[in-house]
Amino acid sequence: MKRVIEGSHAVAEAVRLAGVQVISAYPITPQTHIVELLSEYCASGIMDARFLRVESEHSALAALIGAQSCGVRTFTATSSQGLALMHELLHWTSGARLPIVMAEVNRALAPGWNIWTDQTDSLAQRDTGWIQLYCEDGQEVLDSMLQAYRLAERVYLPVMVVLDAFYLSHTYEPVDVPAEADVDRFLPRYEPRFQVDTENPCAFGQLVPPGFYMKMRQNIAMAMDEALVRFDQIQEEFYGIFQRRYGPVEAISCNDAEIILVTSGTATSTCRLVLRKLRDRGEKVGILKMKLFRPFPVAMVRKATSRAKKIAVIDRNFSFGASGIFAQELRAALCNTPGRPPVFGYIAGIGGLDITMELLEEIYWKTKEAAYPENESVWMGV
Amino acid sequence: MELDTKDDEYMYSGHVGCPGCGAAIAMRFTLKALGAKTIVVLPACCWSIIAGPYPQSTLKVPVIHSAFETGGAVASGVRAALDVKGDTETTVVTWAGDGGTFDIGFQALSGAVERNEDFIYVCYDNEAYMNTGVQRSSSTPYGAWTTTTPGQDWKKMRKKNIVEALVAHRIPYAATANIAFPEDLVRKVQKAKALKGSKFIHVYASCPTGWRIPSEMSVKIARMAVQTNIFPLYEVENGNKYTINYKPKEYLVREYFKLQGRFRHLTDRDLDQIQEMVNEDWEVLLRKAAERV
Ligand SMILES: Cc1ncc(C[n+]2csc(CCOP(=O)(O)OP(=O)(O)O)c2C)c(N)n1
Ligand code: SF4
Ligand SMILES: [Mg+2]
Repeated sequence: MKRVIEGSHAVAEAVRLAGVQVISAYPITPQTHIVELLSEYCASGIMDARFLRVESEHSALAALIGAQSCGVRTFTATSSQGLALMHELLHWTSGARLPIVMAEVNRALAPGWNIWTDQTDSLAQRDTGWIQLYCEDGQEVLDSMLQAYRLAERVYLPVMVVLDAFYLSHTYEPVDVPAEADVDRFLPRYEPRFQVDTENPCAFGQLVPPGFYMKMRQNIAMAMDEALVRFDQIQEEFYGIFQRRYGPVEAISCNDAEIILVTSGTATSTCRLVLRKLRDRGEKVGILKMKLFRPFPVAMVRKATSRAKKIAVIDRNFSFGASGIFAQELRAALCNTPGRPPVFGYIAGIGGLDITMELLEEIYWKTKEAAYPENESVWMGV
Repeated sequence: MELDTKDDEYMYSGHVGCPGCGAAIAMRFTLKALGAKTIVVLPACCWSIIAGPYPQSTLKVPVIHSAFETGGAVASGVRAALDVKGDTETTVVTWAGDGGTFDIGFQALSGAVERNEDFIYVCYDNEAYMNTGVQRSSSTPYGAWTTTTPGQDWKKMRKKNIVEALVAHRIPYAATANIAFPEDLVRKVQKAKALKGSKFIHVYASCPTGWRIPSEMSVKIARMAVQTNIFPLYEVENGNKYTINYKPKEYLVREYFKLQGRFRHLTDRDLDQIQEMVNEDWEVLLRKAAERV
């Protein structure tokens, strides 16, 4: 049924539909609407889950590590400082192979205090072993959340569903909220492959010598590779029931594009309008929307950009001393391909600054004019 | 004295604790009191090693090893999962050192007991960070040498009174226990198991390696800690009903201190001062126990 809801509520509806059993969270703007609605669902009995109102984000994730180890489906949500505080346990979650799902609302890191959108918080966690899915609109948020549980529970890795602060978390849009019966067909009850059991006492996460440790880390790497394959399969199943699907990347008008703009999150929607405008003027422009960031879909990126002359990456984030993080990843993905196109890096929308159509157009023209990027990163709008 | 436990052992022999390790003794009796339907949450501490490396385990109950500061939070999650699965039988126990309890894990512990999560939190106290090589904690007593309070920089702050901090949370049950008094320890663990809500047991667990004492003195020194009033045995119900479990012989603290390498540098004047501190703490405890009966 179509309803006009906030991005935050799209998350909460998905958590309800997924039949999550243990929720643990600590409030931080702009994540609060997610946990407030879930609190109401738990209080009123709409959801049959335990909600742990813990005293920090660190404890929120620690509690889920405990709960998920006992074989139940779990959820948390956070943002910015909260995610940074969880950092130690992000590594723990993937190392322990726990399929925890988190909604992460992209917000700038302090100082100075800034509650607006910025992707550096989640992208800085790229090496923690979490699958990361970036979303463009409310529908994609809800759908990605449901898919996240399927994916996590298939490969035994945690998944972060990432949405822009305010532009997505607090924006009302029509969202098709599916029927429970349909969701149950797509996402059956969680049947854990392993769990803590007093009948079969085992040690979880104990001391491990180097040989075993390295093997375990390699297993995580293999699970990440598997996630890439499973992601597509899960999309097909999802499409079969809901007639919607998302690629790890979405290549829009890339076949004949000379310049490809690489986007993620809500900036993609704005870019779609820019694309239409430029195409009307005969410009050969395309968009590569990045959805799956970890595992990074190298082959799909290579394929989508194989015919382009130039690539312009729009990064709402920055790795100090390096460049925009999507740009880094793009460069890394393309560096071993013959005749690779130059990658232009543009930094835009940091700390919630609007990424307007004008700004994106400017990026396009700048890229078209320059033969080769003069700098790794060009800061736009400052 | 007969122990009120079955003969069952939940610890395998051949664990890798040091000879005379009080922490190992504490675990053995605690698990005898709890039985097989127990899940242990084990934040980083000496016991992370004693519990054995993959693919072995020292314990016959499930163990969830966890990050150093997460004892209270991981146990909360385990309890929540058991609740939604309808498992009311299994006891959840966090087993943490003094560092993981008094210091880095204090926030998560405070949060968990404020929510009155249904679990037992056992802090085995060896009065320093032993796993990492005897660094001071806020449980390290006044006067002690550690590797981070060496020479004349021996610790000049008093030991944090962790039980009082927990009592201030008004939890159903908080108690001290000691490896030299196993029947008292077992009784307290069983009592905690029978109660709903958050229970805290602070177990004195001597550490030959970190205290510079011979292994065979481990239990004797633990007993002296009670007999000198340095570590009184008592329990507190619902944050106000105090019961002192053992009336000590009132040995002088000096005798306890003289046996331990970690206190070797202390002068007679220092020891007199420490005696005064111990007397003062004991008076406070007596007052609390008397006022509230
Ligand atoms: C966040 C973090 N900081 C530091 C450590 C290193 N560390 C592991 S155990 C430990 C000391 C544990 O002390 P305590 O809790 O008293 O237990 P004990 O080893 O004395 O039995 C430290 C500092 C860690 N594992 N995690
Ligand atoms: S260092 Fe101390 S607490 Fe640790 S195993 Fe040895 S005796 Fe036990
Ligand atoms: Mg210690």
